[in-house]
Amino acid sequence: MIKGLISVFLIAILTENYVLSKFLGICPFLGVSKKVNTALGMSAAVTFVMVLATAVTYPIYMYLLVPSSLEYLETIVFILVIAGLVQLVEIVLKKYIPALYNSLGIYLPLITTNCAVLGVTMLVIEKSSESFGYAHALVNALGAGVGFLVAMVMFAGVRQRLESCDIPKTLKGLPITLVAASLVSLSFLGFTGLVENMLA
Amino acid sequence: MAAKTSEKKKCNYVKEVTKGIIKENPVLCLVLGTCPTLAVTTAASNAIGMGIAATLVLICSNAVISALRKVIPDKVRIPAYITIIATFVTIVQMLVKAFVPSIDESLGIFLPLIVVNCIILGRAEMYASKNSVIPSILDGLGMGIGFTATLLLMGSIREILGNGTWFGNTIIPEFGILIFILPPGGFFVFGMLIALASKVSGKNPPKATGCSNCPLKGKCSAAEKLSDGGDCASDALPASDTEGGESL
Repeated sequence: MIKGLISVFLIAILTENYVLSKFLGICPFLGVSKKVNTALGMSAAVTFVMVLATAVTYPIYMYLLVPSSLEYLETIVFILVIAGLVQLVEIVLKKYIPALYNSLGIYLPLITTNCAVLGVTMLVIEKSSESFGYAHALVNALGAGVGFLVAMVMFAGVRQRLESCDIPKTLKGLPITLVAASLVSLSFLGFTGLVENMLA
Repeated sequence: MAAKTSEKKKCNYVKEVTKGIIKENPVLCLVLGTCPTLAVTTAASNAIGMGIAATLVLICSNAVISALRKVIPDKVRIPAYITIIATFVTIVQMLVKAFVPSIDESLGIFLPLIVVNCIILGRAEMYASKNSVIPSILDGLGMGIGFTATLLLMGSIREILGNGTWFGNTIIPEFGILIFILPPGGFFVFGMLIALASKVSGKNPPKATGCSNCPLKGKCSAAEKLSDGGDCASDALPASDTEGGESL
């Protein structure tokens, strides 16, 4: 059980990184990764919402949609639940923990339409058949969030270096950023099979 | 006189469609919808499937949103748009599952994720909420064609270089640079295509996607905060150098 959870956690961070190998959440990855600080804030908020969203949507799917055979409503229910949840979290944080709101709150509206959050909740449902229980789902969401954080912070570091480089005019801006992302993603390919072998 | 105005109208309609294909190409110029662009372009057939599905959703949601634009209160418009878009995504998802199950399998999670595709919400917010039904449908059609064409181009490059095939037919026997099908190849080809597009059009390439292209920027407090912190608007590069890309 514990071994299974650890392997789910590490796989979500390293081998199946949601940003670099599943291409979920590319917009914030390219948009908010110019500085390490903002990258940290954004990924902390994403992790928080991912875990919370999985905690809510998984039971809704299993105990509400499946018994009433409404599985086809998954997309519409999940996106509305996530949107409502994000709004709720924003209100609660603003009222009770203003310090946290000031550091994370500004990223929350961005997260509603973040495909990584919706993607994580849906992929968990897809996997739920393979002995993937509620605990696995939550650990997977946490791992996805931490993986997002690792990718964002690493990439922010790479980008800060890029700024002092002499880049051809047509590659300036987005193209060179994408090439750098390609190299970061290439380095993550090196983790293939690592977790499976480590815990085998 | 009447003939003249109808002629003029027709010309405008044609413009609505073509602007999405080249001048305001949603992927290469506006840099929207990057996630599906990178994820599903491992083969040309997937790219076409994704493009058509997204185009259908885009046309239908643009039509409904522009028809309801006077009914939806301004304050709740984003949730209303998301609900409308999610409805059409569910319909398209069921159609694809029923008629082309192989595409459903290869697109996987990215089919339902059309709901958070920035192109669709972006066009709803920027165009359909301000224009009448027919131009909105045409705008959706044009943007959809632009999206599909770009996906097809990228899918073809990656499939031919990575696998030596095109739509599953062998083009170059016993050839394949595997890396082009893997995730790093996606980032690389996308970067090169954007560089090429900016070289051909003679403009500076777009800055890394930031708040300037986000469909929610008017609604979001992060936009101002981040640009105050120097993240979106200005950075080490002089502003005049980077600002030249596509402004909306």
